[in-house]
Amino acid sequence: MTKRTVHFKIYRYDPDKDEKPYMQDISVELEPSDKKLLDALVRLRAKDDSMSFRRSCREGVCGSDAMNINGKNGLACLTDVDSLQQPITLRPLPGLPVIRDLIVDMTQFFKQYHSIKPYLVNNDPAPERERLQTPEDREELNGLYECILCACCSTSCPSFWWNPDKFVGPAGLLAAYRFLADTRDQDTNARLDNLEDPYRLFRCHTIMNCVDVCPKGLNPTRAIGKIKDMMVRRAI
Amino acid sequence: MNVAKRTFDAVIVGAGGAGLRAALQLSEAGLKTAVLTKVFPTRSHTVAAQGGVAASLGNSTEDNWHWHMYDTVKGSDWLGDQDAIEFMCKKANEVVIELEHYGMPFDRTDNGKIYQRPFGGHSMNYGQAPVMRSCAAADRTGHAMLHALYQRNVRANTQFFVEWMALDLIRDADGDVLGVTAMEMETGEVSIFHAKATIFATGGAGRIYYSSTNAFINTGDGVGMAARAGIPLEDMEFWQFHPTGVAGAGVLITEGVRGEGGILRNSSGERFMERYAPNLKDLASRDVVSRAMTTEINEGRGCGPDKDHVLLDITHLSPDTIMKRLPGIREIAIQFAGVDPIKAPIPVVPTCHYQMGGIPTNYKGQVVVPKDGNPNSPVAGFYAAGECACASVHGANRLGTNSLLDLLVFGKSAGETVVEDFKSGQLKLKPLPADAADVSLARLARLDGQTKGESVFDVGLEMRRTMQKHAGVFRFDNLLKEGVQKIGEVAERAKRTEINDKSKVWNVARMEALELDNLIEVARATMVSAEARKESRGAHVRDDAPDTAENPNGRDDANWLKHTLWYSEGNRLDYKPVNLKPLSDDVEPIALAKRTY
Repeated sequence: MTKRTVHFKIYRYDPDKDEKPYMQDISVELEPSDKKLLDALVRLRAKDDSMSFRRSCREGVCGSDAMNINGKNGLACLTDVDSLQQPITLRPLPGLPVIRDLIVDMTQFFKQYHSIKPYLVNNDPAPERERLQTPEDREELNGLYECILCACCSTSCPSFWWNPDKFVGPAGLLAAYRFLADTRDQDTNARLDNLEDPYRLFRCHTIMNCVDVCPKGLNPTRAIGKIKDMMVRRAI
Repeated sequence: MNVAKRTFDAVIVGAGGAGLRAALQLSEAGLKTAVLTKVFPTRSHTVAAQGGVAASLGNSTEDNWHWHMYDTVKGSDWLGDQDAIEFMCKKANEVVIELEHYGMPFDRTDNGKIYQRPFGGHSMNYGQAPVMRSCAAADRTGHAMLHALYQRNVRANTQFFVEWMALDLIRDADGDVLGVTAMEMETGEVSIFHAKATIFATGGAGRIYYSSTNAFINTGDGVGMAARAGIPLEDMEFWQFHPTGVAGAGVLITEGVRGEGGILRNSSGERFMERYAPNLKDLASRDVVSRAMTTEINEGRGCGPDKDHVLLDITHLSPDTIMKRLPGIREIAIQFAGVDPIKAPIPVVPTCHYQMGGIPTNYKGQVVVPKDGNPNSPVAGFYAAGECACASVHGANRLGTNSLLDLLVFGKSAGETVVEDFKSGQLKLKPLPADAADVSLARLARLDGQTKGESVFDVGLEMRRTMQKHAGVFRFDNLLKEGVQKIGEVAERAKRTEINDKSKVWNVARMEALELDNLIEVARATMVSAEARKESRGAHVRDDAPDTAENPNGRDDANWLKHTLWYSEGNRLDYKPVNLKPLSDDVEPIALAKRTY
């Protein structure tokens, strides 16, 4: 890749000085080594140090730099900047309160994650060695435990937009199923009780935006379907 | 500025593996604890660890902690303290089993036990053959571990202060530690966290180098804070260059790839590690492999148009194995190297990865400094664990998978020590000095008022380039001497950084300027300590300290079998002895020998 100039349209809002948000047109020259959208944003920050966004690992495992990129949620560090149509339009993740620029308040998102009791429950006395689990049983957790809590999925979900306080959302439900699917967990009934409600689980209308945007290729809709199956099986 | 005061039994700075493990100990014991973290806990850099955590469970091959201890001492090139190493290797099974009980989704063997894979420098029967000691969750072990630890803390109701950046350590006239000052990112407000015990678990500072596997947040905040507060830093000349960072991008490719059978090849396709480490080959210790790769590249056997990297080849592994055991690596290779490793080898170069040195501690997690003739006198109220600390278990070179083990064992140990000291009444809430927040407020005021100053981006870049050029895989006396001067100049420039953004709300520019202050302390410590150490040992290899009969591998035990201590004030160096004596009578000291693999 060579040097090239990239054009952006970026959502800006600093409550300390701006009356209201605005879209800023800004361009930056990229170095040949700049490949990802995050590289371009770091380049932009060198030019304008007030440009605010979260970032950390720059390899798609920490989940910090989720944002809305040309209308679709994704991670800046896993998005090839040259694959994007220009001007590249960047907005904060939809549906959550904006703190500043591309930084959103994720309180509601984590509240929902915490609400599903995201920890293993096993009340037997702890054995001296590991609890055994067959490779097949362990495989059930694949596609579930890899979630990085970036919130791309929940903030692309219309059901979460309308009811962020009542609907757990795809990320939280994926985590719920991660524990339901774990052969070491003993809290199945309580976990299902906790979701048996018109909103918490059943607001999922299988729109599947979550699957479309997940940067880790996970499938919350399928996990939600499996929880619904468990509910049905429990009822009969 | 109005400074709020908050009072706790204990404050933990950092919520990666070490901080979360310590927090569990404190929360479960009922101590009123605040965990400060500048990122949401699961975004801490522990999340990026891939290959595994060491424990001699012996699930697939025979193993025991004696062999693990031997490998670790040898890996450290005998600079590690043998009491701390014995403690860590003995505790390994316990802390890994605990994690499994917390719900960590380890991969499994056919009989349902935790899956273990071979890893560099880990051997059976004192160096004879590779051993399967690395407990793994695919190639996402750090992610699985960090989430499991966070989840367990949710259960334990640990109180987190998320997106709070600690600024400075508070010490009183006696030198005792009373807590920290910290800034809330969302409001820019500064608070004092006044506590009986302060645990630093702030991670490493790999961002001092230009090419690093480390996250943006790895800016050595705890190490910098400690140094500014007069605590010496131990063995900072020792930095691990991981053999396999993706060429150009720096992103980590786990050693687990070689554990699963991956092979390093030069431009003629030769498996060159056979020449450098006839026994363990590609699974030799990291410093050995990184030097071999650099030598291949320097001697013209590198790959690519610029002959500037070597190739990591797993095309001979079955696609099934790759998809099952190394799925994350495949994603990374496709994303950052543009190759599918099932079909083509991955271009890799040695990349700065891990800080072996840090805040000096003992195996209990207490911070220790020279005082009244005792080289290891505990600082009242101050504890540290994980990469920011130097226990010292890694000495001059860390073995892969021993970092995740380090943060579990010493996170827990620091937590246990605090709980014991708390319960025995030894920990007191000493009165805060009137000027407790003055240093932090002055730093912030300087930054807000600076005019005609330096750009944080430019000064940071100059620091990273200087470190890369002057303190890399191989070290040269003239480059080190020049490096000391240059990094001193960069440090002067860092005192005049200027930011344009003056907002109170989530000010990234201010955060980066404050982080640079911490990085600069680490960079100075590294360069000055490296220039002074006139031998080759572990990851510190000097051109003018070659392999001779008296000094095997260039290691000079007569003069340099000692820990470096660097003091920020006056750029002063001191030294203290290495503890060659194990903790108990269960094991004989591991005698000095030449390292070969």
